Amino acid sequence: MNALVLIMRREIRLALRQIGESAIIVLFFVLAAVLFPFGVGPEPNMLARIAPGVVWVTALLAAMLSFERLFTPDFEDGSLEQLALGPAPLEMIALAKAAAHWLTTGLPLMIAAPLIAVLYRLPDAGYGALMTTMALGTPTISLIGTVGAALTLGSRRGGVLLSLLVIPLIVPVLIFGTAAIDAAIGGIPVRQHLMLMGGFLLGALVLTPLATAAALRQALE
Amino acid sequence: MRFFGENLSCVRGERLVFSGLEFAVDPGTALVLTGSNGSGKTSLLRVMSGLTRPTVGHLAWQDGPVVDNPECHHSRLNYVGHLDALKPVLSVRENLQTWARLHGSTDKKIASALKKLGLEGSENIPGRYLSTGQRRRLSLARLAASDAPLWLLDEPTIALDAASVDAVRSLIAEHRAAGGMAVIATNVDLGIADTTTLNLLDFAAADEDIWEGVR
Repeated sequence: MNALVLIMRREIRLALRQIGESAIIVLFFVLAAVLFPFGVGPEPNMLARIAPGVVWVTALLAAMLSFERLFTPDFEDGSLEQLALGPAPLEMIALAKAAAHWLTTGLPLMIAAPLIAVLYRLPDAGYGALMTTMALGTPTISLIGTVGAALTLGSRRGGVLLSLLVIPLIVPVLIFGTAAIDAAIGGIPVRQHLMLMGGFLLGALVLTPLATAAALRQALE
Repeated sequence: MRFFGENLSCVRGERLVFSGLEFAVDPGTALVLTGSNGSGKTSLLRVMSGLTRPTVGHLAWQDGPVVDNPECHHSRLNYVGHLDALKPVLSVRENLQTWARLHGSTDKKIASALKKLGLEGSENIPGRYLSTGQRRRLSLARLAASDAPLWLLDEPTIALDAASVDAVRSLIAEHRAAGGMAVIATNVDLGIADTTTLNLLDFAAADEDIWEGVR
């Protein structure tokens, strides 16, 4: 447990020293979302209609940019070897990495999401669901992303491969994330969507550290 | 406690690097690995560390095989490889703290480790401004900061000046005097007294295609 905290502190400290990298992800999120009205036209009703989908899709794409940086620098400079040779099991390292990734990428995206929703004039009823689905969905994305990042570690052009691996796995998060916001706007109960997303998160919390650790072990051989 | 390996073989890529290798390290002793480039010194160190699994054979401490409890094995060793594991954005002290704290070191021990490797006074320099020799010394400071009984060193003196080589030598002597053990892969004579030498070429596999039957 102590090791988990130490590794997370290291990750967060590194992220703060290179704050530009997190900032770029959020900036990409905002810019990509701002692009849509230029393509589909500025009609307010239409923008309000597509807002949940736009926020979620652009958040996913922005997160995709960040996964390559999860393990590659540590792998190249030997830090990953040292982490693996530390007293903490690799599963715990994987979990610490995912947690730190969420704090430095998922959380900023979550904070930026309502700003984009404002730009799109998301109906007031949707904000609660937007934040709840973000809170449940972004950690799931971080967890699944660590698996993808670990699997593509050491491969050339790993970034593209990573997206191909990760995107299909996070489609459920996208579907239920947007569905919950739409339901909230339409006045339909959102409970079942949120419970499914909670289920995904719990499942990912248990399964992804095992998968990530196995992939890292392979990469370090 | 004795650390040993029996009947070890290692396959890297499609090549059998060594086979039938046996070694044992006792407290207070040092094992020097020699052999030409590509003879498998680094591969053997990685096998010993547990990063690579031996293709055949097993590694064990006196109280049980390594595979039964890899975390316990890891807490007993300190590996300094070719890569320095330094972050350019962290200072010298922060870099060392990252690894030393993970192994349960105190701040006092970290400070004395920096001093032993001649890095006192440069604690606050960011990693990106360090020279190759300084990076190496910081990497070696991990050893001085930890209590791990087994040191696995891969060419520890590369890029070091004469004074630093002396520092490393006395570091190893001190460690051995305290009952520690060291396995050192090197191609230069480090001038360490009373060591056992293991020449990897003695365990080199015959130059045959081991996948022949498979294809």
